[in-house]
Amino acid sequence: MHPALPEAHLIACHECDLLQRRAALPPGTRAHCPRCGTVLYRHRRDSLDRTLAWTLASTALFVVANTLPFMSFEMGGRVQQNVIFSGVQELLAQDYLPLAALVFLASMLAPALKIAGLLYVLLPLKFGRRPLQIVPTYKLIRWLGPWSMMEVYMLGVIVAIIKLSSMAEIVLGTAFFAFSALIITTTAASSTFDSALIWGEADLES
Amino acid sequence: MRSAAQLGLTSCHDCGQVSRAMHHADGFVAHCPRCDAPLHLRKPDSIRRTWCLLIAAMILYIPANVLPVMSVEYFGASEPDTILSGVKVLFATGQPAVAILVLFASITVPMLKMLGLAYLLLSVHFKSLWRPRDRTRLYRMIELVGRWSMLDIFMISILIALVKLDAIATISAGPGATSFAGVVILTMVAASSFDPRLIWDQKGLQR
Repeated sequence: MHPALPEAHLIACHECDLLQRRAALPPGTRAHCPRCGTVLYRHRRDSLDRTLAWTLASTALFVVANTLPFMSFEMGGRVQQNVIFSGVQELLAQDYLPLAALVFLASMLAPALKIAGLLYVLLPLKFGRRPLQIVPTYKLIRWLGPWSMMEVYMLGVIVAIIKLSSMAEIVLGTAFFAFSALIITTTAASSTFDSALIWGEADLES
Repeated sequence: MRSAAQLGLTSCHDCGQVSRAMHHADGFVAHCPRCDAPLHLRKPDSIRRTWCLLIAAMILYIPANVLPVMSVEYFGASEPDTILSGVKVLFATGQPAVAILVLFASITVPMLKMLGLAYLLLSVHFKSLWRPRDRTRLYRMIELVGRWSMLDIFMISILIALVKLDAIATISAGPGATSFAGVVILTMVAASSFDPRLIWDQKGLQR
């Protein structure tokens, strides 16, 4: 984006500040800091196409995971069915507003915004245009990263199932499997994404 | 081996772009030439902010472990569970693998995280030169593993939504859950406000 910057070829390790020269990497490899071992940057293969594909898959899975029944609980002839949002609703009903907000953010809002943000950035790029406000959108996606906790949520689900398995029968719904797949597709999308797409540096890398 | 700061260069916290570090006397902050974020040589006020968040987390850690995080009402008899008693129940019902997993995520990880951050802060304060590479690795681990402690909170949200069979069995959340979630959030923010480059800023490590 700023090829004229004299410092464009330099990189400072974000964990130890060691200054070094930025070299072009072959696709699919990464550069480590020689002093502290941190991964400095990577060159992802076919970043745009792959990330877009995983993000489109995530969009479909997200809709399925959040609309269809997640699981049902059967005990004494009564069945209690729930969706992912039920946990948030029940926390609200019990007057735990901060916890409800946290669970909503971590299991639904942050993943949804990440998927929407990636679509907003990647779709126009695919057709050769730079979307407006691409840098703030990218910063939002990065900022949301640690607060999207679908994989931790999934582990919570598994522990809950094990806890309940002795007292009742649990039936897993379609959304459970869609959510599991969604964790895989969103993780894949993050790991194929190359920030060079944002800075328009594709030429520097190749 | 020279750091960017020694050469008067700074890297942007948001995009990593290296540029000339400019010091302005009248409170004006320089901005990144590539992404326009305000530039700092190091995360602003890193040590003090991290200490504040860490101490707040340590204080909140007490109610998080003393107060019940949820209570199970089974045929009219109510039984409150703390984080620790929840793990004990899992051990008692013959689920040692899950019990160890929960023990690790909700007791070991938050403890080690708070001790680890305190150690990193003290090591920077006393200008330690001891094994900077391992201390950086410790920081990276603290940052990576912290969010897994939310496991308990998510488990509770699922249990209370599923088990609400009025007279037979009901599970409700307890005030300890809010404190516990607070500990996890505070330690996550504390970890991200710590600047690992401070570990490497000691004169003895620069050549």
